Amino acid sequence: MRVSRIYPSINRKSNIQVDISLLDPLLQKYKGIKGNLIPLLQGTQEIYGFIPRSAFERISDETGLPLSKMYGVATFYAQFRLHPVGKHIIKVCHGTACHVQNANLISEAIEEELCVKDGETTEDHFYTLESVACLGCCSLAPVMMVGDHAYGKLTGTKATRILKEIRDNENK
Amino acid sequence: MSETTVTVGLGSCGIAAGAGKTYEKIQSIRETEKLDFILRKTSCIGMCYREPLVEIRDETGSYIYGDVSEERVAELIEKHVRNHEPVREYIIQTDVFNAPENDFLKSQVRIVLRNCGLMDPESIEEYESRQGYQAIRKIISENILREDVIKTILDSGLRGRGGAGFSTGLKWKYANANKSSEKYVICNADEGDPGAFMDRSVLEGDPHSVLEGMIIAAYSIEATGGVIYCRAEYPLAIKRLDIAIRQARERGYLGTNVFGKEGFNFDITIKEGAGAFVCGEETALIASVEGERGMPRKRPPFPAQSGLWKKPTNINNVETYANVPWIILNGAEAYAKYGTEKSKGTKVFALAGKVKHSGLVEVPMGVTIRDVIFKLGGGIKMDKRFKAVQLGGPSGGCIPESHSDTIVDYDSLNATGAIMGSGGMVVMDETTCMVDVAKFFLDFTRKESCGKCTFCRMGTKRMLEILERITDGKGEEGDIEKLEELAFQIRDNSLCALGQTAPNPVLTTIRYFRDEYEAHILHKKCPAKVCRPLLTYTVDPAKCTGCMVCLKNCPVHAITGERKKIHFIDPDICTKCGICFSKCKFDSIIVS
Repeated sequence: MRVSRIYPSINRKSNIQVDISLLDPLLQKYKGIKGNLIPLLQGTQEIYGFIPRSAFERISDETGLPLSKMYGVATFYAQFRLHPVGKHIIKVCHGTACHVQNANLISEAIEEELCVKDGETTEDHFYTLESVACLGCCSLAPVMMVGDHAYGKLTGTKATRILKEIRDNENK
Repeated sequence: MSETTVTVGLGSCGIAAGAGKTYEKIQSIRETEKLDFILRKTSCIGMCYREPLVEIRDETGSYIYGDVSEERVAELIEKHVRNHEPVREYIIQTDVFNAPENDFLKSQVRIVLRNCGLMDPESIEEYESRQGYQAIRKIISENILREDVIKTILDSGLRGRGGAGFSTGLKWKYANANKSSEKYVICNADEGDPGAFMDRSVLEGDPHSVLEGMIIAAYSIEATGGVIYCRAEYPLAIKRLDIAIRQARERGYLGTNVFGKEGFNFDITIKEGAGAFVCGEETALIASVEGERGMPRKRPPFPAQSGLWKKPTNINNVETYANVPWIILNGAEAYAKYGTEKSKGTKVFALAGKVKHSGLVEVPMGVTIRDVIFKLGGGIKMDKRFKAVQLGGPSGGCIPESHSDTIVDYDSLNATGAIMGSGGMVVMDETTCMVDVAKFFLDFTRKESCGKCTFCRMGTKRMLEILERITDGKGEEGDIEKLEELAFQIRDNSLCALGQTAPNPVLTTIRYFRDEYEAHILHKKCPAKVCRPLLTYTVDPAKCTGCMVCLKNCPVHAITGERKKIHFIDPDICTKCGICFSKCKFDSIIVS
């Protein structure tokens, strides 16, 4: 069931202080529009990279939606994160086409290289590793996405090399 | 001098293969060398296996080049654009001579994909120059009655392309019959089936055709608002839809008095999905648009009676809407000419997996699965043995090689235990373990179950546990029967299609590959050599050079041996992780 996805976040205390005023333009934009909760949460995540508790409280004050309902929605959808993530998110595709072409080996190679498990963030907060259902680039299987960029026809070594290159480029 | 046009395919798949860099390189060469040619963008033409694709069109004809990496650009521009000498060895398709992939497009009937890969998806002018928005103009200018539009769709025999295959015309008829001052048209672009990417390709390649289909639907049922519910995983599709909607608004194709028709007010907004497979189910999708948890509810009432905000609503999928303008322009008969008795028209399939030509193909209903895989798909990669094809994603099933002469239509596919689904075809060869595939899908549906119905929530978990046990080598006699019993209960006691169809992958693999299950359970063997706990790793003494690589990499020190002497794997210590196999450069690790 979908709820299993939130377990990693329950154990983590995320009392991170964020600048809550960044939310104001977003709240203004969706003010009075019905069915606005999901776009609000998506916008919040865009700003902070995750949804901090204080943002939940602020949105609740502004829209009148109970916190319980917001938490229910946020934990239902795979997109929402309740804890901070690394600067870059690695999404390893585990769709059918990728699965039959050994996507598991890609995940394993990355896990070994970065010393993290699925869903975890590297110690330097540079990468977060996630596995996702399907990125829709099945003809290039196996595929991973780093940020908005997809990389196809991977092997374990190719994947880890790409990750190294990204890190090296930014550390220059 | 006549104009030369260079077109680069910039769909998601092309970009992932490096088409963005190819485009930039062409652009920079054009600037630095001051060459005079037109540089255009288009989307995916379907030949994903040869991406990045570049088309060069000059006075002699059109030439499509495959695998045009950044490095190859300079050579192509120099030879073809500057010196007018096409580079024959890289050309995969052309109307000038016999190129290797000439048949790829010729053996298809492209209705939905009529513009994909042939025009710039970000240009409304190009869409209009290719008969775009002519269908809705025809309706408005000839004052065709709503009922007559619906009748045309009904007569065409078009059925929902999202999976279930319900008659589109009937859906519209019901939505039209329910009167309300507020009505909605929704486009389901939450393409969640792993292995399906046709909707993404249509949205990226021809967004205006979907908008036009929705506008026609809105006209037919007197809708006031439209929503496109698109997966957030498709950022490029969302971007291009957004551009298309803005262009349509500027020209008065959306908004108030659409196409100058007094009182026809209709606008479309995009809602980004937040990642939930179950939201492909229409009532769950509506709940999600309303900002709730995406959980399905009981039907009736159907969305046509009470949908978004409790108003009459019509929901169709991307591919369905893309068919609509063509049907209006060419008539119901022209469409119904294709296909079988009960399944009319064409269907787009996404070919993926162990097939040579993975990509998108559109064929008339009624062709055989074998033809799709071998004629259009080019056969199996590395010419291995074709074992099965998975159709319909997690709700579908695996059709074995022995049934590959089954024709593609809704009813014939249902009879095999699989479904048409949205059209994802994942091809599997002899190295794919069918128990592992069943486990993969069940793991998917278990995670994606919304949790509302007990059998779907708990039953999928229990089935998964049994499958895990089997692939771990701990299967017991009677497990197959237990799986079947649970499967029937989940099917009969779930509210929505997710639960009702979740057991299909397991049921079809048991039906066609029972021997593989038995090999796992009774003989503790995985014939396809996929399930690691059932494998044994040994060293081939004839090939081992004693290089010590496997020994150094073994995480549990199960390998012993000295330099230049044959190594030995201790089966009692070995955890079957497979690292020695992947590290050995001499293929001397035998897996059995």
